[in-house]
Amino acid sequence: MSAAPEHAPTIAQTSLRERFAPYAPGLLVLILIAAGLIAIPATSSWLTLTVSGLAMGMMIFIMASGLTLVFGLMDVINFGHGAFVSVGAFVGVSFLLVLEHMTSAPHLLWNLTALMLAILGAMTATGLMGWAFEKVIVKPVYGHHLKQILVTMGGLIVVEQLIIVLWGPEEIYITRPEALKGAITFAGAALEKYRLVAVGIGLVVFVAMRWTLRRTKIGLIVRAGVENGEMVQALGYNLRMVFIGVFVAGSALAGLGGVLWGLYQEVITAHMGNQTMILVFIVVIIGGLGSVEGCFIGALLVGLMQNYVAFLEPKAALISNIALMVAILMWRPMGMIPVVKAK
Amino acid sequence: MSDTHSATPILKLEGVFTNIAQYHILQGVDLSVPRGEVTMLLGRNGVGKTTTLRTIIGHWRAHKGRVLFDGEDITKLPTPAIARAGLGFVPEDMGIFGDLTVEENMTLAAVSGPIDQARLQWMFTVFPALETFWKKDAGTLSGGQKQMLSIARAMIEERALYLIDEPTKGLAPAIITTMARAIKELKDQGASILLVEQNFAVAKALGDSASVMDDGRMSWSGQMRDLTQNADLQERLMGLSIEAH
Repeated sequence: MSAAPEHAPTIAQTSLRERFAPYAPGLLVLILIAAGLIAIPATSSWLTLTVSGLAMGMMIFIMASGLTLVFGLMDVINFGHGAFVSVGAFVGVSFLLVLEHMTSAPHLLWNLTALMLAILGAMTATGLMGWAFEKVIVKPVYGHHLKQILVTMGGLIVVEQLIIVLWGPEEIYITRPEALKGAITFAGAALEKYRLVAVGIGLVVFVAMRWTLRRTKIGLIVRAGVENGEMVQALGYNLRMVFIGVFVAGSALAGLGGVLWGLYQEVITAHMGNQTMILVFIVVIIGGLGSVEGCFIGALLVGLMQNYVAFLEPKAALISNIALMVAILMWRPMGMIPVVKAK
Repeated sequence: MSDTHSATPILKLEGVFTNIAQYHILQGVDLSVPRGEVTMLLGRNGVGKTTTLRTIIGHWRAHKGRVLFDGEDITKLPTPAIARAGLGFVPEDMGIFGDLTVEENMTLAAVSGPIDQARLQWMFTVFPALETFWKKDAGTLSGGQKQMLSIARAMIEERALYLIDEPTKGLAPAIITTMARAIKELKDQGASILLVEQNFAVAKALGDSASVMDDGRMSWSGQMRDLTQNADLQERLMGLSIEAH
């Protein structure tokens, strides 16, 4: 073998466009907010709609984050994800009804404690349900997309019918905890207290999820598994166990989303999870399959777009998010921050 | 370690058949990898070298035959269990996690706990580029740097056997030298290596023994020097002459 000079690596300068590219999706949110400010005549209305859009976006993110990781990690398309949203809402609301003595008085601490207990109960129930769902419904159809779609949709229908058996066929109207009713006034805008709480919970979930994914070994395994699961296994990690953990966590988060969404709408039905799935799938697709950051940004865009357009041109509200998805996929066909590459 | 133990091959394949969909790729592969040696797995493109490595690590399942690692039957074990038994794998496509930094790639490769700092420093002497790009996303590295990372990742924890698939493919001569030196150092530490390699200069420099594949089975096995010294054998087995390289 002939001798060769030592390899001397250098760090090449990247172009401005390349350096800017990772931040472009985040900037879209700011651009949309700025566009809203220009298009909406009254600043107070714009502020109210922005907070409302962010709250809606946070709730969609909470429901969608588990789904994107489940798809990214094991290539599983779970159309039954909405079942966890519905069950979470019903279990959470049942808790709140039992804890009515804590929610009926305008005492913030008691109200928040009751809400947290309801969330904990809903997440535990949907987490356990997710474990069973994965074992019974998802596991037998690994690697078969068509079968996954069929059986997970079947699972969703079964769960919806079970909800009707347990809680009855009628929709249940609920009232928010007393201290979370009404609005506060800021800069002339009415900001609903509950929406601010939803924004806070959404931010906490996002930060916790990002910290886990970026700063812990299990997070590293999940991120690497989304990119190239085969190689993660060759390093010695049991990706199937990781997947079950992510599926359970994703189901629990969908349950949390269900509680928040139910209180946001002030009515719950067995089909509410199924109905939110359209927005959830839009967010997962435009965010980039397997990307939590993309999912977060996509959810904010969807929430803001829905609120701005519903105010400016109510008839266009229904198609606004589909138009957003088309525009983003024309710009980045794999979604804003695609992660899934080697499968 | 007893003489009997050291004489036992670290890896043995007995009549292994592997099918991928309707294709019968491996058709009765017999292979023996001696302990502490570099065994070259040679052959033309498409004869089943990569499939052999992927069958050993468990990415593809043997439909017939046995894979014995250190005397234990690992044929039906899942890939993570095979890896944890003491096999390091460097795939042909390198398997780099491009969205993770070099540091994160290495941290992930340290399966049993935090990275051994002494071993990491050794790694930096073998591959200085990795220290330079420690905090960079692995996806931004050049092909050669990615290959360095891929091998370093397999080496960061001690393994009894390394399966390395074409580590010099498409690389510049300077980097090929670095790769060869790294594999030599690994061998000097007592590791056993099964190396798929198309570069005959590298194969000649590193190999102790060699097995040549053709049409999904072994057509020849023996000492590397016997192959390098016999131009007729090379011509017959692989349709080429090492002298031409």
